[in-house]
Order: sequence, then structure tokens, then C-alpha cells
Amino acid sequence: MQRERWQLQHQEHPSIDGIKSDTGTAPARGQEHRLPSGISNCTVGTLGFFREGMEYIRTPKIENVRLLDRVSSKKASAGSLYLTATHLIFVEHLSESRKETWILHSQICAVEKQATTATGCPLLIRCKNFQVIQFIISQERDCHDIYISLIRLSRPVKYEELYCFSFNPKQEKNERGRGWNLTDLKAEYNRMGVPNSLWQVSHVNRDYGVCDTYPAELYVPKSASTPVIVGSSKFRSRGRFPVLCYFCQDNNGAICRSSQPLSGFSARCLEDEQMLQAIRMSNPGSDFLYVVDTRPKLNAMANRAAGKGYENEDNYSNIKFHFIGIENIHVMRNSLQKLLDVCELRSPAMSVFLWGLESSGWLKHIKAIMDAGIFIAKAVAEEAASVLVHCSDGWDRTAQVCSIAGLLLDPFYRTLKGFMVLIEKDWVSFGHKFNHRYSHLDGDPREVSPVIDQFFDCVWQLMEQFPCAFEFNERFLVHIHHHVYSCQFGNFICNNNKESKELRLYGSSLQLKY
Amino acid sequence: MEFSELIETSKVDHVLLSRPFLQPVKGTLCVTSHHLLLSSRAGDKEELWLLIRNIDGIEKRSAGSSGIITIKCKDLCVMSLEIPGMEECLNIAKSIEALSSLESTSHMYPFFYRPKQLNLLEGWDLFTPEEQFTKLSVHTDNWRLSYVNKEFAVCTTYPDAVIVHKCIDDAAIKMVAGFRQGGRFPVFSYYHKKTKMIIMRSSQPLTGANGKRCKEDEHFLAAVIQPDKKGYIIDTRSIQAAHQAKVKGGGFESKTNYHNWKRLHRPIARGRVLQESLIKLVDACNDQSNSIDRWLSKLETSKWLTHLKTVLTTACMAAQCVDREGASVLIHGSEGRDTTLQLTSLAQIILDPDCRTISGFQALIEREWLQAGHPFQLRCASSAYSHAKLKQEAPVFLIFLDCCWQMSCQFPCSFQFNEQFLITLFEHAYASCFGTFLCNNEKERFTLNVKEQTISIWARMNSPSERKHYVNPLYERNNFTIWPSVAPQSLQLWQGLFLRWIRTPEHQNEAWEQIKHIVELGSRKANPSSTELSVLKEDYAAN
Repeated sequence: MQRERWQLQHQEHPSIDGIKSDTGTAPARGQEHRLPSGISNCTVGTLGFFREGMEYIRTPKIENVRLLDRVSSKKASAGSLYLTATHLIFVEHLSESRKETWILHSQICAVEKQATTATGCPLLIRCKNFQVIQFIISQERDCHDIYISLIRLSRPVKYEELYCFSFNPKQEKNERGRGWNLTDLKAEYNRMGVPNSLWQVSHVNRDYGVCDTYPAELYVPKSASTPVIVGSSKFRSRGRFPVLCYFCQDNNGAICRSSQPLSGFSARCLEDEQMLQAIRMSNPGSDFLYVVDTRPKLNAMANRAAGKGYENEDNYSNIKFHFIGIENIHVMRNSLQKLLDVCELRSPAMSVFLWGLESSGWLKHIKAIMDAGIFIAKAVAEEAASVLVHCSDGWDRTAQVCSIAGLLLDPFYRTLKGFMVLIEKDWVSFGHKFNHRYSHLDGDPREVSPVIDQFFDCVWQLMEQFPCAFEFNERFLVHIHHHVYSCQFGNFICNNNKESKELRLYGSSLQLKY
Repeated sequence: MEFSELIETSKVDHVLLSRPFLQPVKGTLCVTSHHLLLSSRAGDKEELWLLIRNIDGIEKRSAGSSGIITIKCKDLCVMSLEIPGMEECLNIAKSIEALSSLESTSHMYPFFYRPKQLNLLEGWDLFTPEEQFTKLSVHTDNWRLSYVNKEFAVCTTYPDAVIVHKCIDDAAIKMVAGFRQGGRFPVFSYYHKKTKMIIMRSSQPLTGANGKRCKEDEHFLAAVIQPDKKGYIIDTRSIQAAHQAKVKGGGFESKTNYHNWKRLHRPIARGRVLQESLIKLVDACNDQSNSIDRWLSKLETSKWLTHLKTVLTTACMAAQCVDREGASVLIHGSEGRDTTLQLTSLAQIILDPDCRTISGFQALIEREWLQAGHPFQLRCASSAYSHAKLKQEAPVFLIFLDCCWQMSCQFPCSFQFNEQFLITLFEHAYASCFGTFLCNNEKERFTLNVKEQTISIWARMNSPSERKHYVNPLYERNNFTIWPSVAPQSLQLWQGLFLRWIRTPEHQNEAWEQIKHIVELGSRKANPSSTELSVLKEDYAAN
């Protein structure tokens, strides 16, 4: 049975670069008086939303606020609430401890103002890292002010409003650059042994002209010419043509990824067929290529009506085609909501909990993702075959299963350094839509889905089964999970590399030092 | 009786044995009075050395000219034997069935087991009521040791010496015993030093439909607690069940007659319900074709985790009464030999750090389970696979062990023993070459001379070479009470036990080896040996 991750929600996060961590609670230093201790340390960046954000703050400080205890609703600690441009901060009044609770605006996913009672007006805050916090504010008007401010502050509309542009710990400029260079993907492909006699680097996407959601540098079969690549990209959703994602030096097995082909009911594309053939030929030891469509067959077939679809085995020579039924982002979003509802029940009966866990479908989806990862890893490790993986656009399910397969195959990805390289490679560089999926900016709620959350859960499951195989622990996973949502660092902000470049994130924000 | 009469075929060649995690092996199968042996004669060791008592059920089928016997063991292992020749196969099966269903205790293997290293006397005096009383009298003189049950005259399921309140004399005890089912009068179980409160256990009072009373019983319970205080009676039956019990002559302590005791009804599953829960759970664990949905719903319908949660919750409540409310507690169900013992023993693990050590836990099992008369032989006669008609089997003890495991997961540093220790106890409760878990009470053990003619499991488990397998490297004595979380999210399937033959423990074992290694390194650094110290000094001098 899964041990629930959200039990850790009150865990203290290790502080980063000497700056007080943002969510969770941290003991205050005694000498500070009224202001929460971290504020004075925070330098404000030039691009800062800080000043701009101030406009939305109707009341910077509210007295007589009570923070309800998560376990027993009868217990509460009294204190003051501070609203800054980046955080909501609760400071306990008890003179000795003055415990602080910091909530980053970007972590807030919902604010609910509940009916006023004799004790005050309850304000419920749900965070993206599954923390649920409830305040009782004595004055209804104060509560309303905070509510209105938080609604605006938690839903920024421009990238420039995000925390990472104002987060500015005292750090030298070159040190900042060093952080961004920690994960050099070129070095990572070199580590895998590419380029080599079979695979080469292609600059066809230098200015993001062929595919605006791919990185500029891509690795393709040596035999794939530029016309083949461009032709293939025109036959794939959003131009996401097949590229190398993992190469196994020992047996030349390769994992490639792409989006779905625009095959409709009968369309063909010679260049795309040549592209797949080139991938197959780049593995001289194997006479076939696995093509794994991670969607349920029904979904893939439905896509055909829209002119998309999947590879026809008759048109592509020597491919073995497989469906692996991972559900789409909408199903996953609903599944998480159900799971959170179950976990929020106060002292449920065992059967209610298990029944709810089952009907949420969460573990079923986790298993589907793991199954897909295992299938791909086995194809590479045991059959020395190459695999092309795609879903619809190839940036959600494909990212999940490629990175799980990588973790299973390569011990490097199970180290601290390797895991961050894996995320930078399979998620960030290949255009996983961090902004949309984790709703950094106010946007379409139907784009939001716990895609990377599921990946972290899969990793956690593996860590449970292979306790000695990973250099990092659960806390590390929780920490990264937190920062996927925190927008404190520049890594997980944009939808793709092109956006990051345009924002000039590298210069103006910090890289998360994992 | 001669075992040889039961053995139809004692030896068959070319038998293929398949079992979890090991390569199939072909060899000669021998049936002896107590064991099933298989040897390929490749080395000097037998590949299989299976206690026939451990066999819970067998299934036979034919495959071509040979027969296949599937052996399902009480320790949950499933293996199969492919025997050339159907007739031989049937003979072997018949022999196994006859030998495994032997009912006579004195013919069981512990009476024949004589290993060289172990001594018959060792381990049997590990814990005595006398010793418990000596410890108790350091803190309070309200209690006395009574030999009223000498030769088991008053209560057949109690030991010959029990601790009772000093206000009650032996004559009165006999009266009380007559008013309690099976003569199980209230006895002392645990003294909580912090609050000076106690836990007692008994069986139900025999009030019957007419509300019969017993002056001595009322007087005794009134005297146990101070007049201004309240005590709690935790009845492990529902109110309805307690009322129904009156029809059969049982009953409960009424408010009017026991006015300073507050009765709490906390129904805990027992008997057949529990046994069926175990069967369903093991069935779900063994079905590897399960989709995840079916797995979760099967886990749910087995109700195993629900039973765990109830037992643990009620034990916490009992402990809370003693520790937080400063009240004494009397626990009983109907007979007071099953659910009652789960609660008294778990409450002690929560409250008393001594019970979380290896020797303390052994003493706890001795006094709260073996001497308290838990009918091990009846309850553990079959495990999850048996097709025989259920009689009195119920995994009451296994639920207790599982609760201990749940707590050890939540407090990984507070228990001196590890998971393997608990699994070993589970195995030996169901089938063993040791005499400890034989019989249903001390009287039976006395009659059969168990303590003179068999070896105690504690002798084996406490031998240095064996004990090291049971030590938790993370243990650090924790003198506080431990309050486990009983939220459904916190209770887990005991994979180490229920999936032990399905998923290889290799990676978990590797992790524990690493932890042990790290802890050893750490402690060596903290207390460097003299040679290491001299090296350090030299280093220091050199710098």
C-alpha cells in the first residue's frame, strides 16, 4: 500500500542558500520583534513584482488571527498574519517560540472564505503541495481583504510577476551562472556515448524553426538527412519529430520520443517512414523497432478522426506497435482530486479509506505508468531493441515513461546529480508545459494536471522496493516537488526552452540547486 | 501408536520440487514420522526439510503419468512436488494427510527433538509469576501472590500462581471464580508506575438472565480502586452481544452493582470472522493476476486492516485510561482468553518500554499469552489454506503480532527486535519443533510434562548466534509511552509476512545490512577501540 506522501506536508524544508525556506514552519530567531525574520533578509530584485504586487495588498498585517491545528480542530495558535508581495506569513504570539508559517503565493491553489461564526471568519487555503491551512480571522472585513488580495496574488498573469524574478539571495553573478551549468545536457549525451557512428547532433532546430517546443540541439540518427527530419516533423503533431532521448552504450538500444503522427485514417509520409527506418538502422543488432503508444487504444483511434492517430504497421517496415493505456491529463486531474478528498476525511473507517483509494484510481494510473516504463526498459535491456515512444503531443505521458525507463536502466539517474539531469533532459528540455500543468500563471484550468507528481510517486514506489538503489531520499523528492510549484527558481517556470530563452531566465533568475 | 502404520510409501525417487525463489530440484523424497525430506544427493545437505506439522493443506492432480502434490504450509509458503507414478503420488499424499492431522500432542515433534546445542531446561524459567511479583512489590504493597490455583484447582486456564489484590483472601477468590466464566477471576496484569494505576483482566461475570450477583466480586472490584476514583471496564463485545450473553448464563457488570466502574463496550472481531479474514487476505495476496482495483477491493473485503485498526484503537484507549486519565482498567470479553489478551499485551507495549526489548517481549508473551491461557493449539490448528472444517481456529495471536509490527513501523527506533523476530514467533506458534506454543494452557503443559520433555523456543532464540538475527540496529531505548497512529492512512499491509513468498526480500535485507553497517561504523567512531584510539593519538601527534 502506498504510504501517503501528504503526511509529510508539515515537514520542514531545508533552507536554500541561507534564505529561510518559504513554506512549512521554521522557528524564528529571538531578537526580531514584530516583523517575520525572513523579510528583512530578502533583497528585492530589480524586475521585482514586489512593488507592483504591493498594490494588491489591501492590508499588510492583521492581528488576532488563529491558525487551526491540522489534527485537532479544537487546538489553535494565536498570532498575526502578514501579507507580503510574495508570502503570507503567520507568526505565533507565544513569546518564546514565535513560530512562523510561511506560505508562498505561488503555492496557493485555492482560497476559500467560509461563513462567519461567533469566533471569526474562517479562511481555508489549499496549497499545491497538498498542505491545507485554516485561519480564523476575527474581523470579517480583514478576512475579505486578505481573500481578495490572495486571489490576485496567487494568480499572476505575467511571467515577470513570478517569485523567481524577485527572489534574490546574496549571491555572486558567476555563482549564479554555475548553478545553471550544473546540468549540461551536452555532457549528458556525451556520457551516454553520443554523438557516435550511429547518432549525431542536429542543429536543424537552431532557431526553434522546425519545432518550437523542442530544444535547439537534438540528437538524430546519422542516416537521417535534414529533408527527412523536416518532412517527418511536418507529419507529427506540433512538429515533434522522433529524436533520441536515451542511448544504451552496451547494446546500441535507444529510446526515442516524438508526438503522434498525423496519419488520420490513411495518410502516409515517406520521410516519417524513413525517419523510423533510420532509427531502426541505428541499432545494427536489432531487426525491428518497437513503437509504443502510451495512450489507451480507444483514445488513439479517436484521434484519427481529427487527422492524427498512430503508426500503421503496414506502412512502416519492421515495427512492432504497442498500446499502453495511460489515461489523459483530465482523467489524472480528477483522480488526484478524488485522492485528496479521501485523504482529507477526518478519521475515516478503514473500508471507506480503501474504497476511496481504489475509486480514485490513483494507484491504477501509477501502475500503468510503471508498466510502460518497465516495458520500455525491458525492450532495451533484454532484447537490445530500440523503442520509439509517443502519446498525443509527447510531452506528458511520454516524459513520464521515458524518465521511468531511464531510471530503471541507468544507475546514474538514481544519483542526486543524475536525477536532476534526468528532469532537465526528459522534462524541461523536451517541452513539458510546466506553466500550464502547474498553473504558474492564471490560465485554463483544464490544462492543469499532476503529471510530474505522478512521476515522483513512481520514483517513490521504486525507492520503497529498492531501498539501496537511490542516492537520494524521500525528502529530496518532496523538496523538488515543492519547487516545481514554488516558482522560486527558474527551472520549472516555462512551457519550453524557447519561452525560457525569450524570458532570459538564465540571467535573471536562479537555478534550483537541488 | 506407530507412525509407520500411517506411512504408505516412505521413499520415492525422481521427485521434482518447485518452490518460491529457488530453482526446481529433482531428488529422492522421504516421508518420516515428522518430516518431509528431499535430497538430490548432490551435496551433503537435504534440499527440503519440512516439518509435516507445518503443512496446512495439500492438493493433488495428475499431469500425464505423474502426479503433482501442491503443499500449502502454515507459514504461507506454497510448494509443489511432481511425483512419477500416480499411485506413488496418492500414497504420499495420503501419508502426509494422516501425519499432519495427528491430534495427540505427546506424539508431536517437540517431544522427539533433541538438538545437541540446546538443553531441555533452558528457557523455561525465563519468566515466573514470582519474579513479576517481586518486581511489583518494589512499587506497591497492595498486591499479593496467591497459590489458590495450586494444581489448577480453581481455574484450569490460569497458572498455579497469580497476583491478586491483598484485600481478597483465597476463600473469597474461590467465590469470585465461581461467578466468572471458566473460573477466570480478575487478576493483575500491569502496573503503571507513572500514575500508579493498574490493568486487570478476567472473563465475563455469570450474571445470567436473572441478574445474579456475587458479593465478593463486587467487593473485590470496589476495593481495587480508591473510593473517590473511577475505573474503566473495557468489554470487548458490543452491548448487544453482552446482553445476548446473559441468556447463556454470561453477562456484564451492571452500573448499579459496580458503581465506581464505567463500562465501555468496544467490539473486537474474534473466532470464525477473524479466520475468514485471514483466509481472504492470503488469497488476495497470492492472486498475482490481480489488477490494482481488484487488489484494493480484495484487501478491503478481507477486513484484515479493519480488524487491526479496531484492536489497536482499543488498546490505545486502554492505555490512555491508565496513562492520561489516571484510572485503573479491567478488560474482559467473554472467556477472556483472546481479545482480552490482545488488549492487555498491546497496552503494555504502548506504556512500558521494557516490553519493547527482546527479553521483555518474550516475558510479555509468556505471561499475557502462554500463562494467561490463550489456547494456542486450538487457535493455530490451521492457518490460511486448510480445507478442513473450521473448529476453533482464529489468528488472534497473529493480529497481535501484526499490531506490534505496525507500531514498530511507526516507531522504528523504539523496538529492540526486528520484523524477523515477529515472523519467527508467527511461524512457531503455528508449527514448531519447540514445545513453547504446544497445548492450550499451563495445566495441559503440566500434565504432558512439556517443560521437562521439550525444548523452549526462547532457548534457541536467545542463543547468541540466533539472537543477532533479531536485533533492530536502530534501537535506542525510548522511555516514553508510544502512541501509534490508527488512521487508515497509517496502517499498512505487513508485506514482510504476507508477501514473503511472493516478493523476494533480497532488497529489503540489503537495506537492513547497510543500516546495520552504518550504525556499527557510527558507534565505533563514537567509542573508538583502544587500537583505534592509539592511531588517532599518533595522527594527532604527527600534526
